[in-house]
Amino acid sequence: MSEQQDKKGFTRRDLIKGLVGLPIVGGLFAAASARYSSDNKVKETILSELNINAVAPPSSGPMSGDAIRLGLIGFGIRGKQLMRALGFADKEWKESMAAAAAKNSNDSRLKDFVEQENLNVQIRGVCDVFDTYAEMAVETGTVDGNKPIRYRTYEEMIAAPDIDAIVIAAPDHWHAPMAMAAARAGKHVYVEKPMTHNLSETYELYNTIHETGVVLQVGHQHRQTQSFLTAIDAINKGVLGHISLIQTNTNRNDDNGAWQYDIHEAANPQTVDWSQFLGNAPEIPYNAEHFFRWRKWWEYGTGLSGDLLTHDFDRINCLLKMGIPKTVVASGGVYTHNDGRDVPDVFQVVMEYPDFFIGSSQEKGKEKGMTFMYSATLGNQYDRGTILMGHDATMELGNSMTVYADPRSSRYADWLKNNLVSEGVPLYTYNPQAKGLDGVTSATARYFADKGLLFTYRDGKRVDSTHLHMREWLSCIRNGGKPSCSIEEGFQEAIAAHMGTLSLKTGRRVEWDASARRVVGFENEEIDNILVSTGKIAV
Amino acid sequence: MENYGYSKFQMIALVGLRLLIGWHFLYEGVVKLLNPNWSSVGYLMGAQGPFAGLFHGIGENATMLGISDFVIIWSMIFIGLALIFGFLLKPAAVIGMFLLALFYLAYPPFPGIEIDAPAEGSYIIVNKNLIELFALMVVMAFPTAQYYGIERFFVKSASVPVTN
Repeated sequence: MSEQQDKKGFTRRDLIKGLVGLPIVGGLFAAASARYSSDNKVKETILSELNINAVAPPSSGPMSGDAIRLGLIGFGIRGKQLMRALGFADKEWKESMAAAAAKNSNDSRLKDFVEQENLNVQIRGVCDVFDTYAEMAVETGTVDGNKPIRYRTYEEMIAAPDIDAIVIAAPDHWHAPMAMAAARAGKHVYVEKPMTHNLSETYELYNTIHETGVVLQVGHQHRQTQSFLTAIDAINKGVLGHISLIQTNTNRNDDNGAWQYDIHEAANPQTVDWSQFLGNAPEIPYNAEHFFRWRKWWEYGTGLSGDLLTHDFDRINCLLKMGIPKTVVASGGVYTHNDGRDVPDVFQVVMEYPDFFIGSSQEKGKEKGMTFMYSATLGNQYDRGTILMGHDATMELGNSMTVYADPRSSRYADWLKNNLVSEGVPLYTYNPQAKGLDGVTSATARYFADKGLLFTYRDGKRVDSTHLHMREWLSCIRNGGKPSCSIEEGFQEAIAAHMGTLSLKTGRRVEWDASARRVVGFENEEIDNILVSTGKIAV
Repeated sequence: MENYGYSKFQMIALVGLRLLIGWHFLYEGVVKLLNPNWSSVGYLMGAQGPFAGLFHGIGENATMLGISDFVIIWSMIFIGLALIFGFLLKPAAVIGMFLLALFYLAYPPFPGIEIDAPAEGSYIIVNKNLIELFALMVVMAFPTAQYYGIERFFVKSASVPVTN
């Protein structure tokens, strides 16, 4: 035959057949690189135009130096959580978490707790009007030879010279009286939300904190969520355009979520200091349900407004700094848990901000004003998401953040026309759980990005956001600085929430006079009485 | 050179199948290599079904996740190149089948298991991962690399005298 052979005896046919893969691989790389460079070009165009800085919040200062000596008031559900955030877990919880982890290897709650940073604090005093909880708190706070003293009253504990700061996890009607007493004694304060129970004490606490100069942090741990800083940057750079409507909500559908907590069997008039629990609430005989499920009554709690609206209000206030609304309208009723409670379990609030403006992509003067809407039910848990709606884009915000271009956007009109971006596919997503950021992502990536909402992240690691929030407070005590939810933010949160309850209970549209810093048309005492008065709301 | 008794049509079908699967693996590997943000974490954490715990465990452990990312990228590239060029075909097919079995088990299309990741088709028991797994088995059972592929050179230089 005439086929040529090389030295090894391979024919040209051998070479062609042996190297059949070469052109295929060449073709693949040519196609891949064409695709990759065009994808990258789109991505870079979008990212450089949006110019969003996806940054982690700066860590609060060092925890070195002398231990901060704390006094804790209240060792109920939230008090136990706060103690864990500080590094002290009760035995029962540790046992149940170890059992949970043994059953399900994905359950890392105990592991996360053990790996939590040491905040260099000592629990020197505890105070709970229920003996069982007080004893548990003493046991939980006992570490390395330091055993907290159980105080019978919060006044005695606040007066103790070896206590630097007070953590308040008592019922809502005790927040302000305790915070004020602590501040007057020069003790720093971490107080759970809502900051106050009525209007007058909101002003009083505000003045007290300013006069005493102690560090006060309100317990809105959402402020530590890593996606929020990125969201703030995106909003400030006009990624959404003019925001006209914000939707926030609460959706729960179980007894625990409706504050129908367990009643401890050891509780009785002998083991509960009932009159101290009542405080400024109306005098009634011992009532175990009122004691354990106080969130269901106005005398002690603040309803969905103070309890859960405040979280969403503060989350958005942290992004937009929109402050107290001009007017508030609210309505609701007891529709899902008709069990004798006063406070509504379905509740909607609409807050108007007619002067809100942080920029626009359209002609001057066309856009101004915004509505903040909060909608809650304790009878359904469909997640409706927190949504910020702007002329140019929509932002869905949780632990991750996703931005969708609006099909009628002015700013992205060219991109939409050229199919650089499209409806339904995110313009931008930020997921602190992932390795980095992604300008344009697929539906699948979006699906994964939205999983897991219980924690926030630091350096890709899951961390309890309450731990970070308390750490920030402790850092301000140690190293100076202003906590992220200080008395200013707390004042706005409390006033907005109280306006919601006032509107709900009076059926009136409630107006705020920003220059006089007061609610229009009511005396403060009158408002206080309406807020805490008992009885179901009239619908 | 022997033709293993394959007809021309059979040879086209077998080599074609081998090249297409190779292309698929190679591109999946290259795409991941080129994307600095790619990680298997989302895929692992979203795993469903009886082996979900195993996949979640890998996803949650930083070291295991790093190994998983590395192994997935480079084994896919290796399998792709091996299938396309026609060398080390058997080990490549075995590793590929193993990977596909893992992908199949991470999101098993079993009745009663809700896979809520978006899919482009409808599957019950059988999905494209399983089909590709068996297609790889065919590629392995009916070798073609000694005819179309680099293995041809080794076979020839080792045993086949040049006579024609």
